[in-house]
Amino acid sequence: MNGKTHTPLIQVSKRETLPWQKSWLIRGIAIVAALVVCALITTMLTGENPIQVYGSMVSGAFGTGRRIWQLLRNVAILLTISLAVTPAFKMRFWNVGAEGQVMAGALACTVTMLYLGDKLPNALLILVMLIASVAAGALWAFIPAFFKAKWNTNETLFTLMMNYIATQLIAFFIVWKYPNGTGTMGIVNQDTRAGWLPRLGGNEFILIILVSVVITALMYVYLNYTKHGYELSVVGESERTARYVGIKVGKVVLRTLILSGAVCGIVGFLLVAGVHHSISTNIAGGQGFTAVMVSWLAHFNPIMMVFSSFLLCFLGQGADQISTDLGLDHAFGDILTGVILFFIIGSEFFINYKIKFRSGEERKGEIENA
Amino acid sequence: MKKVIAIVLCLVMCVGALAACSNSTESKMKVGFIFLHDENSTYDLNFLNAAKETCEKLGVEYILRTNIPEDQKCKETAEDLIDQGCTIIFADSFGHEDYLIEAAKDHPEVQFCHATGTKAHTANLSNFHNAFASIYEGRYLAGIAAGMKLNEMIASGKITADQAKMGYVGAFTYAEVISGYTSFYLGAKSVCPSVTMEVTFTGSWYDETAEKEGALKLISNGCVLISQHADSMGAPTACESNNVPNVSYNGSTIKEAPNTFIVSSRINWSPYFEYMIGQVKDGKAIDTDWTGTIATGSVVLTDVNTNVAAAGTVEAIEAAKAQLEAGTLHVFNTDTFTKDGAKLDSYLADVNTDADFTPDTEVISDGYFHESEKRSAPYFDIQIDGITLLDVNFG
Repeated sequence: MNGKTHTPLIQVSKRETLPWQKSWLIRGIAIVAALVVCALITTMLTGENPIQVYGSMVSGAFGTGRRIWQLLRNVAILLTISLAVTPAFKMRFWNVGAEGQVMAGALACTVTMLYLGDKLPNALLILVMLIASVAAGALWAFIPAFFKAKWNTNETLFTLMMNYIATQLIAFFIVWKYPNGTGTMGIVNQDTRAGWLPRLGGNEFILIILVSVVITALMYVYLNYTKHGYELSVVGESERTARYVGIKVGKVVLRTLILSGAVCGIVGFLLVAGVHHSISTNIAGGQGFTAVMVSWLAHFNPIMMVFSSFLLCFLGQGADQISTDLGLDHAFGDILTGVILFFIIGSEFFINYKIKFRSGEERKGEIENA
Repeated sequence: MKKVIAIVLCLVMCVGALAACSNSTESKMKVGFIFLHDENSTYDLNFLNAAKETCEKLGVEYILRTNIPEDQKCKETAEDLIDQGCTIIFADSFGHEDYLIEAAKDHPEVQFCHATGTKAHTANLSNFHNAFASIYEGRYLAGIAAGMKLNEMIASGKITADQAKMGYVGAFTYAEVISGYTSFYLGAKSVCPSVTMEVTFTGSWYDETAEKEGALKLISNGCVLISQHADSMGAPTACESNNVPNVSYNGSTIKEAPNTFIVSSRINWSPYFEYMIGQVKDGKAIDTDWTGTIATGSVVLTDVNTNVAAAGTVEAIEAAKAQLEAGTLHVFNTDTFTKDGAKLDSYLADVNTDADFTPDTEVISDGYFHESEKRSAPYFDIQIDGITLLDVNFG
């Protein structure tokens, strides 16, 4: 290189934190760009009018009162799972096992509901179901945390594997319970409705939404204003620093993961007692993974997660409607969702990094030096 | 920024509202259909085609909702369809039933019709109905085509009579599947007495990989002809690439398997859809359990692929079909099969669904098993001799 410094064509460097207006402007531009690209894809691939496609999307999410309630309920569920994984992420513990933790909670809830349905008064039954779900979810997170704390195993792989075990446990339970069935459970206690969450004011959605609001507030406080929250962020920043200041890292890992799993267990409970009144291997529906994205998009901020989970649920519900209204395959709606997410996640890059192109003068200088 | 978002949202909502307005026409009857999968599944495609065809023929509006899982989403979809003005809701998968019943309880003014379900006759709901067809008769006829093919292989010296083993890719060890493969087997046995059969289960109604693997396993076990009760192209394509004859289900797979497809039986749902819509139009009640037959045009066979089928297959099928229609031939004639080496004179089937599958109804009389007479969905679940179940520990 003749000892000379070479200026690359594109320079990428970390930015100072942008003022929030600017960062939101970048995000806004990304969304507009995504909509334009989606419109192009729509016209090219299907010949449909993109405005109509976006109209379907909006109508799928907001078209009727019932759809709006469902959207809010779906947001509540996704948000709660995202809140559950957040403390672990803040601690740089890659818990990708929320899916399994929700399933473990749901399975415990179903079993309790099925076998104690006619033995306990309803209020007590629901309480027992909740405790069982929380315990099962917590256990499902505790196992990989214990191995991590004790033997420093890889938590990403471990939590991922726990998902498959949970799926198969549910599949096994259904086949064991209904050997001559079709792999579905059917509604539990359909006649007695034992263990079903009450409908507040006749509305089946409100209770779940309220629970998520409370958990969001509590999680916000826990992460930002408690000693525990502080400790886990120190562990996340640097384990060595944490040790140096006397934080017992293993203990923090275990404690945080139990919390993570317990909140996932609550979601499992809500899904079984409040939504499906049954269980299937698909009960978490991949939301344990979507939650990872929600949490990251929101930079682990519980309040911002309300928006990111809302966005993802809106896109999902909208994609469904597109396929119904326009007779397009479901995959098409997913393509649009993918494009929009790609742009939104991509915009985070431009918020965090500065891109500088090599200026003409620098280039000129290089040529002269050569 | 918030303002901008608010304005954008408002605009988009207005567009949505306008789009909704322009769609509304004079109040025509509207039917909502709920499907477990989409047109990639042969099972759902069969329903989708019949739904479109019938509604267009009768001039009623319809909404098709595909990929609706067997959970609360089914009830919510039904209610969404009701919000859009549907007065009849139809769902096509067994697991939809409980959720449809919940919707039926909450919406007594809407009629709910459900294929393959078992609970209508015990649910005490005047607006919830089950429907199915005597598809075991179609399977039996398709079985005759299989048996004739085996005979051809035996006659040509390709296999011995003892090697006449068929393979069957099933979904679940569930009565509908058992009834299906048993009637298929009995059809084959009626022309090829030495036939045996192996059945493998995938544990899913639609799992292309598992169905393909299942078919390949059966072929490597020495099965010389394959049929299936699972909804993907897995088994037909496995047969085509191994040059093993295939008797299909839900519709013709001749395009995918031109050199191995023999014939396929399927339920034609159009007669039921016409009936269901007609009854509501006339203000009459829909039957709690409706069983379509060959005579109603509900049980049909595709054209026989004469390039693959044995000579005389079409005629043999026609002859048996005439006997079935005349009531002189019964598929589950107790003289034609044994269980543990003995003929059955009596059998209690689980007709009234309960959690423990308690047998409750005598179904053998006059020398045959009365399938789909006590309720529309099949309840033949006897493991008869000659059929080996390979793996029942799916999941």
